[in-house]
Parts: sequence; C-alpha cells; structure tokens
Amino acid sequence: MLRCASLTKTYRSGGRELTVLNDITFSVEPGGFAAIVGPSGSGKTTLLGLLAGLDRPTAGTVHLDGQELGELDEDARARMRGEKIGFVFQSFQLIPTLTARENVQVPLELRGEEADARAADLLARVGLEERGHHYPAQLSGGEQQRVALARAFSTRPKVLFADEPTGNLDARTGAGIIDLMVELNRDLGTTLLLVTHDLDLAARARRTIRLADGRIVSDTAA
Amino acid sequence: MTSLGFVLKMAAREVRASPRRLLLLTTSVAVGVAALVAINSFTANLRDSVRRQAQELLGADLSLEARQPLPPGAEALIDSLRGRGAEEARLTNFSAMAYVTRTDGTRLVQVAAIRGGYPFYGRIRTQPEAAWAALQSGRHAVVDPSLLTALRARVGDSLALGETRFVISGIVASAPGNVGLRAAFGPRIFIPAQYLEETRLLGFGARAEYEAYLRLPAGVSAEPVANAHRATLRGERVRVRTVADDRERLNETLSRLTGYLGLVALIALLLGGIGVASAVVVFIRQRMDTIAVLRCLGATGRRVLAVYGLEAAGMALAGSLVGAVVGLGFQQALPGLLADLLPVDVETAVSWPAIWLGMGMGLWVALVFALFPLLSVRRIPPLAALRRDFEPERHPRDLWRWVVALALALSTVGLAAIQVGSGRQGAIFAAGVAVALVVLWAASWALVRAARRWLPGALPYLWRQGLSNLHRPSNQTVTVVLAIGFGAFLLGTLVLVQLNLLQQLRLSGGPARPNLVLFDIQPDQLSAVQRALREAGLSFAAPVPIVPMRIASVRGRQVRTILADTSGAGPGSASWAFRREYRSTYRDTLVASEQLAAGTWWETRPRASSSARGPRALPGISVETGLAEELAVGLGDEIVWDVQGIPVATRITSLREVDWARFEPNFFVVFEPGSLDGAPHTLVTLTRIEQPAARGAFQRRLAERLPNVTTLDLSLVQEALERLVDRVVLAIRFMAAFTLATGTLVLIGALATSRFQRIREGALLRTLGATRSQLLRIVFAEYFALGAMAAAVAAVLSAAAAWALAKWVFEGRFSPQPLPLAALVLGVVTLTVVVGLLNSREVIRRTPLEVLRSE
Repeated sequence: MLRCASLTKTYRSGGRELTVLNDITFSVEPGGFAAIVGPSGSGKTTLLGLLAGLDRPTAGTVHLDGQELGELDEDARARMRGEKIGFVFQSFQLIPTLTARENVQVPLELRGEEADARAADLLARVGLEERGHHYPAQLSGGEQQRVALARAFSTRPKVLFADEPTGNLDARTGAGIIDLMVELNRDLGTTLLLVTHDLDLAARARRTIRLADGRIVSDTAA
Repeated sequence: MTSLGFVLKMAAREVRASPRRLLLLTTSVAVGVAALVAINSFTANLRDSVRRQAQELLGADLSLEARQPLPPGAEALIDSLRGRGAEEARLTNFSAMAYVTRTDGTRLVQVAAIRGGYPFYGRIRTQPEAAWAALQSGRHAVVDPSLLTALRARVGDSLALGETRFVISGIVASAPGNVGLRAAFGPRIFIPAQYLEETRLLGFGARAEYEAYLRLPAGVSAEPVANAHRATLRGERVRVRTVADDRERLNETLSRLTGYLGLVALIALLLGGIGVASAVVVFIRQRMDTIAVLRCLGATGRRVLAVYGLEAAGMALAGSLVGAVVGLGFQQALPGLLADLLPVDVETAVSWPAIWLGMGMGLWVALVFALFPLLSVRRIPPLAALRRDFEPERHPRDLWRWVVALALALSTVGLAAIQVGSGRQGAIFAAGVAVALVVLWAASWALVRAARRWLPGALPYLWRQGLSNLHRPSNQTVTVVLAIGFGAFLLGTLVLVQLNLLQQLRLSGGPARPNLVLFDIQPDQLSAVQRALREAGLSFAAPVPIVPMRIASVRGRQVRTILADTSGAGPGSASWAFRREYRSTYRDTLVASEQLAAGTWWETRPRASSSARGPRALPGISVETGLAEELAVGLGDEIVWDVQGIPVATRITSLREVDWARFEPNFFVVFEPGSLDGAPHTLVTLTRIEQPAARGAFQRRLAERLPNVTTLDLSLVQEALERLVDRVVLAIRFMAAFTLATGTLVLIGALATSRFQRIREGALLRTLGATRSQLLRIVFAEYFALGAMAAAVAAVLSAAAAWALAKWVFEGRFSPQPLPLAALVLGVVTLTVVVGLLNSREVIRRTPLEVLRSE
C-alpha cells in the first residue's frame, strides 16, 4: 500500500546542507498499522510529509497505492490526497470558521460527493451527533480530535496519517482517540501510519519503526 | 457537487464566519466608490443641466459678437434674417464707474445697454417683478443686488453713469447663466440702449462689446446659418454663437473642472486599493492553517485561490454598494459647494451610469489589488499544517504576479483616462503615480539597507532593537513606507498647490503696492487727474500710454485671410490672438514683472531716428512669449498693426516672459519708443490709498469730475479672486477628504499586516525580561523611523509634483512652503507612531504565556 525507497531529504540552511532524512526504505501492507517513533528532531514529521505527498524528497521514491508520487504535479497530488489519504494532526487543525459538521463535509464536498448524511453518520460514529452545529472553539480538545477523525475517515481513505494525534490531549482522552482509530482501521481496512514520540502509544501499533538522526535504527513487529 | 459548488459554499461560509475581518477591505472600497459616485453623478447632473439650460444661457438661437460695432457683413446677415421673420435684440457691454448721488458710494460696474426683447428664452427675474418689462420706458437701471450693497443704495435712488442719471428701478433676482462670483468682479447694470449715447462713455479707447441676439422663426435653424457664415464673419472679427456652441464650450470647461475632481476621487479609490491589499494580506495570514488543511484534504491551489478570491469579491461588492449609497448622499452636497462657480442650476438626480461606473471601478480596483496577495495562497504548502514554523520556499518567478502587475498598471491608466476623458492625461497621471511609487520603493529599500549596514552600535539598545526591525526577515518597511508615503505625497501635493495659488494672489497685494488703477485717461485729462491725485496727497506712478490696435497682417498674411481659413493653416484655437484688440504701450525699459526671454532690448541698439533707419529697418516690438506661440511668430518676423486705421509695420526684436499674476499694467506687445508717435492713445496710472473709505471717496470725486476715467480697486479684485480660489479649494478639499480617509485606512491596514508577528516578538521579549515601557520604546523607535522616512520622501515628492504643476499646469511661480510641509511631516510621523503603538497594545495587554500558548 505504502512503499518508500532510498528516501532522502536535505535542506539548505544558512549555506550549509542539512540532511534530515537519510536513505529511508520500508513498506507498509494494506490494512497495516505502523508507528514511527523517535526523539524530537529525528525526522519523523518530515518523513510523514514526504509519505503523504505534502513535500518532495531530495532523492528516493514514494509509492502510494501503486502510484509513484514523484510523477505527480502539485495539483495531481492534491487530488490524490483528497481521494486516498486522511490526516489527523496534533493540533487538530479543524477549520475554525466551519461547524463540526461542515468540517467533516469539506473533503466530500471537494470531491463533489453527497456530504450531509455521511457527515452526520460519521459524527454519530465518533459520538458527537449532538454537536455537529458547534464551532471548533466550542468543543473540547478530545471532541475536536474526534471531529478530525470523522473528517479523516469521511472519504474512506486508503491511508490515514496521524501526526502526534494525542499530543495535545490528556492520557485518558488520548487513549479514547487511539481506540477509535484502531476501530476504524479494523472496520474500514484503512492503513494507519502513526507518528509519535510516545512509546505507550506506539505499542498499540502492529509495527514500530524507530528513527534517529534521519535514519531507521530499528523496525520491529509487535 | 461541482467544483464551483464547493468554491461558492466555502466562500459563503468564510464570509459568514468573518465579516469583521474584512471590514477594512469593505471600507477601503466604500470610501473610494463613494467619492467616484459622488463626483461622477454630479458630472452627469451638470451635463444634463447644461443640455437643458443652454438655450436659456444664450437667451436666443443665435448671437453675433464683436469688439467693435458690428461690421456691414454682420449687419447684412441680421437684415436678411429679419426679412425671414427673425426677432432681434442688441446689447452693448462695457465697464464704467457708477455712483449714487444720495450716498458717496462709487463702484466699477459692467454696463449692459439693451435694445429689443432680450432675452428671448429664459427670464430675467427682477424685484419688483415689473422692473424688467418697464426697463425701456425711461432712464431706468436694473442692477445686481451686490451693487446696492456696495453703494449703500436702494431701489428708487438716482444712479450716475457718465453724464446721465438713471433711476434704479429694480434688482436682478435671478438670470440665466448667473455665475455667483461674477458679481464680485463687477456688478451688472442693465440700461436701455437709447440712453447710451448721452452717457458719453463710449469715447475713444473705451472697450465695449457689441452683441446682436436673434430669435429665428420656425423652420430656420441656427446651425446651418452659423456654419454658412462663421468663417467669413470671423474674418471680420465677429464671433458667432449658437446654443450648440455654448453647450459644447460649457461642457468642455466644466468637464475639465469635474475631471480634476474626479482624479482626486480616483486617487482615493487607488489608495483604497492599497488598503484592500493589506486587508487581504492580514486575512491570508490568519487563514494560513485553514488553507494548509484544505490543501491536505485535497483542494488544489487554484481552488483555494477561487474560494478566497470569491470571498474578497463579495466583500468588495458589499463595499461598492455601501460606497454608492454614501456617494449619492455626498452628491447632494456638491452643487451647493460649487454653485458660485457654475453658470447653470444643477438639479441632482440619480445617475445610474455614474453608479454602475463607480461600483464597477471599485470592484475592479479591489479585485486587482486583492489578487496580488491572494496569488500567494496557491503557494501555501499543505506541509504548513504539520509544521507551524514552516517557511515557504521562495518562488521568485511567478508569471501571474507579472500579469497582475500589468493589469494594475493598465487599470490605472484606463481608469484615469475614463475619469479625465483623455488617454494622454490618463497616461501622465499613471506615470506620475508610478514615479512616486518607484521613488518610495527605492527609499524604503535604502532604509532597509541603511538599518542593516550602518546602525550605530553606540545607540541605546532599545533604539537598536527597534531600528533592526526595519531589516529583519518579514519586515514591513517597504509596505508601510509605500502606503504612508503615497498617501502623504498626494495630500502634500494638494496642500502645496492650494497654498501656492493663494500665495500668488497675496504676492500681488501686500503693503506699499498700488491698489487703485486709473484707466482710460484721455491725454487732455492727464493734468486734471494729476491735480486730483496731488490734491488728495497721493503719490502715483508715471502714466503709461496705451494705444489700442489690431493685427492687420502677420508675416505678410492678412489676418482676414488667416481667420477665414478653415484648413490646417488656419488660426485653430489661436483665433482670439488674431481677432482681439491689443492695448499696447511703448517704453525704453523693461519693468519688474518682465524678463527678456530672447532677442535684444532696444536700449542696446544704437538709437536712431526713423529716417536714419532706412526703409528696411522697421521699428522693433517685444512680444510676450505665450502670445508669440499662439501667433506662431518668432524673432525677426514682421507684424503689421492697424492703429486706428493707420498701418504700422513692425519687426519682432525680442520676446518677454510676463508675470501676469502681478497686478501691474502688463502688455502683450511693447513698442519701441518713437514708433507710435502721434497715435491716438489713453493713459493709465496707479496709486495707493490705504483706507477703503478714502479709496471710495477718491473714486467718487474722480467719477464726478471725469466720468469716462474708470478706476479699478485692486483690493476688490483680489478679494474676488481669493473667494474664487477658496471656492475651488473647498471643492478640492471636499474630495481630498476621501483621500485622507482612505489614507488612514491604508495606514491602519499596513500596520495590521505585521501585528501578529509584533505580538509574538513582544511576548518573547517579555519572557526574556523586557518591561512594558521598554517594549513600547522599541515599537516607538521602529514606527518613528518608518513614519519619518515615508513622510520625508513624500514631502520631497509633493514639492516636486507641486513645482511641476505650478510650472506646466498653472503656469505660475512655485514657492516651497517649508512650514506646511514640516507640519505634514510631523502629522504623518505622529499618526504613524500613534497607530503603531495602538497596534501594539495587545503586546502589552496580553500575558506572554497567553500569546505563546495560542501559537
């Protein structure tokens, strides 16, 4: 489902070359659940960005559902994200000017699909059927992240990328969010890729890829 | 759902969520549109009124005018038209002294001696009502109300005009074509023409205008008649006017006035465009996360651009609507402001074309300006949703930015051309704007460089910190200097032009300068005049001789031929210069208001008697440069003058620049002494009488003794001119107020663009131990530098612009007015610092933790 080969990313910073990712190769099978862990600055988020086609690698390739991302231009990658990828962010990233329900509708509307009923379904699924007309600022952190999950799953993506999804939540709420993610992964067969520095959280995944200084230092199955 | 559906839905949701955020955008558009709609509606109303009132303005279908009694050719035409059933009226207009015997009031007046049923169209309303109809029934005079005030007279008083006494039988309540201010230059008196002779005022040297007014019978239209005779009559120095001519001429003159006012409105709108751009910059900065998320969710850059472009358009449309409504309100005020300057009564009516044009221009300007910052939303990467501190890579070559820049430049030219109705002037205007922007941009660039390179290490830390902000990454130097500087530049130019116009008028007054001119003194009256002046204990200038004459031929070509020539070699717009009566003088020196521009003055030539000069050496003349241009003549060219029937051949030996703004006896043509010996002439002299009452008394005594000598009170002329300038300035200020309003919006908008960064920096500095007052001083240092740079450059630019306008448009002298400029600089700096500090109050108000948390 997701395959990267010799992925390298360097930045130019103040005249120096800074290698953030160095020769990363691995793949995740359909329906799999992998966690990428590592200390701050190890290149986790950069790797997530490259895998999701949010950025271009300096070298190497990413294949997502059989498609090489490097062959797509920015617009085509945007369309591919809309069709095949879901995102969950540490800071939730709900659009503050839209209600919870409208936030869930946006990916569907972007694809030109029926959105109303499906958004209501998904909100019910994450236990927020009563709060669809609330704005993000009126929701708690856990509720916001649940709306974000509903939004991420609204288009039945092939891959869900989660960047520190519990980082801004207390332990109990965080655990609830992970439960929900695992449940959706199981029910819909979505491939999950979780980036975190929280080892307890990573333990829920079926596979753990450890990064340090831009390299894979271990890759273990649970 | 289609892609358009998403865009519409998303844009609508964004507007719903944040109408306040784009208030700055809406207001910026609204102010500019209000100004445009007000002035353009007014212009439409004015044109409409001219169209409807033109016939009343002329008072007839056709008129013939000349500076001498109408020649046989004109009389023959009138006769033949009368034969076909036309009605005829005659007016003879001239200036004269009038005084009322009961009081001691004396005033220079414009006399109109009337024969026949003038006006044929429109009505001259009088008080009492019957006075106009009864005018011809005796020695009656109907006068402007201002004359009664000036002479402290009332209806029924006896009024002396030359050697005749008239009874003031009524006052003019309203007349077609009454320009409020005209009475200030000379109140009018209407008298029956049959008593003109006995006033004995139209003696030698008197200037009078002879007019015939005709009402044509049904079936005869004025245009063909006028066109058939225009050329030949022009050869006889007769001007033919029809209603259509008047309409055209008036529209031309008035649209020049409204065109310039319209440009001021356009400037307000263009400044508003800058406000729109900064509002959009701020807005996009606030929506960065949303845009990045939308990109993550699969929206393409173009779609995001469409969403926010549509939102901006929606808000701009709202602004245009509000502006149109407000503009219609202000439109009601313009006729009142300009009434004294206009010959027609302007009825305000809603002009839909003006409204559509104003709204369309507003929407267009808003969109083009909004597109500049909006283009960058395509470049906001989805990655920004993952990492907040993401610095987007620079994309220096965005073709669309150039396209938008080009659209902006073309729009400015196009809109200016629409507003002034001339592509050339539109281009000049746009070029001026471009030069100002380039200079301001260069200045801000220099400021950034200077702050980076030469910031003295010896400065206190707070100043160094504040001034370093000028060059730090994502600084606001260029934006703020451009926005503030441009607003201040426009404002400064307006102020300087106005002050210069007023200054020029004041120059001519001042202490110790003559304030009374005595005209039309016949040579045999000179000793009596001098005696009267001496008796009153007055000093006076040496009398200057004035010889009335016309041009007979230029470079061997008869004026009659030139005037009648309708081909390209004809007089064109210069026909006045060939037709007019010249009042020339002769003397052997230049006076203070003149400067030699070319050739040599005759003093430097050996003086020779006319016989010694030989037949080929013609007497020399010195011609004013402007006139030389009109006549298309230069040094060495020959002009033959018709001096009371005697041809006098002359050669141009020098050209002079004349400062007409100085109230002195200035001349288009000065003759070499000796060349006009024996020619019939009158004399003019000047004196100064301090007290208005004494001035009046002297004028009165002179008018009684020598009724044909006219005295012109220069202080009255100056007052009238000042009132005229005041009126025009008031109208310009009214429009400039819109510019000032948008300028302030622009300033607020420009400073708001960096507000978030400011708050964050402030919070960080406070965690590092900076006190609030230290923070304020840092902010002060930065905004002081920004304001000072913008204001200083704007001051220099506006001085240059005002100088250029003074030189080429108003053709006067320029004085730089340092004090008002200093006040402008001070005002702009203060405003910048105040808005900057207000903008930073959140830095002080919020706790550092709050700010850093909300990141």
